[in-house]
Amino acid sequence: MNETGAAAMQTIADEVLIAKIAKGDRSAMEALFARYRVRVFKFVLRMVRNEATAEELNSDVFVDIWRQAGTFEGRAAVSTWIFSIARFKALNALARRTEDELDEAKAETIEDNADDPETALAKKDKAAVLRQCLAALSSEHREIVNLVYYQHKSVEEVSGIVGIPEATVKTRMFYARKKLSELLAERGIERGWP
Amino acid sequence: MNAANNTPRSSPNEPSEVEMLLPWYAAGTLNRREAAQVEAALAADPALAERLEWVRAEFAQEIYINEEAASPPDNDVQALFAKIDALPARRPGTVAASSPTLADRIAEFFAALSPRTLALSGAAAALVILLQAGVIGDIMFEERGWETSGVPANTPTNGSYVLIRFQPQATAADIASFLAANKLSIVEGPAGGGLYRVRVAETELAKPELTAIVNKLQNDKVIGFIAATE
Repeated sequence: MNETGAAAMQTIADEVLIAKIAKGDRSAMEALFARYRVRVFKFVLRMVRNEATAEELNSDVFVDIWRQAGTFEGRAAVSTWIFSIARFKALNALARRTEDELDEAKAETIEDNADDPETALAKKDKAAVLRQCLAALSSEHREIVNLVYYQHKSVEEVSGIVGIPEATVKTRMFYARKKLSELLAERGIERGWP
Repeated sequence: MNAANNTPRSSPNEPSEVEMLLPWYAAGTLNRREAAQVEAALAADPALAERLEWVRAEFAQEIYINEEAASPPDNDVQALFAKIDALPARRPGTVAASSPTLADRIAEFFAALSPRTLALSGAAAALVILLQAGVIGDIMFEERGWETSGVPANTPTNGSYVLIRFQPQATAADIASFLAANKLSIVEGPAGGGLYRVRVAETELAKPELTAIVNKLQNDKVIGFIAATE
C-alpha cells in the first residue's frame, strides 16, 4: 500500500477523492476508507448489532464505492452517499436474518451496553438506564438517533441518507425520543414528555 | 413575539418546531438562523430548557455507546483491497461520463423529484410512472447498460431484477420486512434518483412471470416506483 500517497490525500476533499477513485486510484480509496471506516462501521453495527456482520458490510460499502465512484453525480455530499449505501447494506443484512439471530443480537446488545434495570436504578445511574433504553429502540429509531447524535448529520443530510422528507426526519426523531421516554418510564424514570 | 410564542406546543402530540429541533441544536448541526430561533425559545421557556438537558443526556449516552462499541479491525484495509482485487477488471469507458443520453434524462427526471414531491404526486402521477415502468427499465438497460446509469458492469447478471425506488415514508423496518417477506435482495444502488436494482429471482424468469411479480410488489406500501428490467 502506498502510505505516502494515502497520507498526502488526508486533506483532499471527499469529492476529489471520489473522482480519483473513479479513475482507479487506490491511494484515494485508502484515504477515503481511512476517513469513514470507523463511522460507517459504527453506524452499521448499531443497526445490525453483530460485529462480524458489521465488519463484512463495512468493506462491502467501500467496494460499492470503488465500483460506483464513476457514477457519483454530486447531488448530495459524499458522506450522504456513503451512509445511504451503508444503510441499505444494513437493511439487506437485517432482512436476511432469522428471528433467532435477531433475538440473539438484541440480547447481546443489552448485555454489552448496560446493567440490568434493577442494578442500574440501585446505583441511581440514570446514564446507564438511558444507554439501555437507547439500545432497546427499534432499528429505525436507532438509525436516526445514531445519525443525529453520533454521526452529527443535519436534518437535510438525514433526509438524503434515509430518503424521507425533512419534516419526516424531525417527526421520526421526535417519536424516537418519545419512545425513549416510554422506555425510561418503564424503568422508573419519568422525564415528562417526550 | 419571541420564538417560543411563535412555535407553541398545541398539544402533547403536536410538538413545536423548536422542540423538534432540539436534538440538532444539541449536536450543533443547525444553521445559524435555526440555532438563533432555538436559543430565543430556550431563553423564554424554562420547561424547554429542561427538555434540552434531557436531549443533551441522550446525546452524551449515544456517543458513549458508540465509543464503547467495537471498532473495525486494524487489518480491514487489507480485507477491503482483497475484495477489490477479486473484482473483475473495470471495462474501459465504463467510468467516464459521456454526453447525456435518454437514460441520463430519465435518471435526471427521477432525481429531480424530491421525496416529498413523489409522496405528494398523487395517484395520477403514480399511474403515469407505473405505465412508463416497463418501458423505462428496458430503455435504461438497452441504451447504455446499467453500469452507466448507476451500477457497474460487474454486477451479477444471473437472475431476474427490478428497479425500485422506495416510498419516502417507508421506515427501515418496513423495507427490511418487505425484502424478507418477498425474498428480495438489493444488489446495487442507490443510482440516480434513488433507484435500487433488486434481485427478485435467482433464475432468469420469463417476461410474464416477471411482470406478475412487479404487479404484485407495486401494491406494497413501501414501493414508490418499480420497473422490470431485461
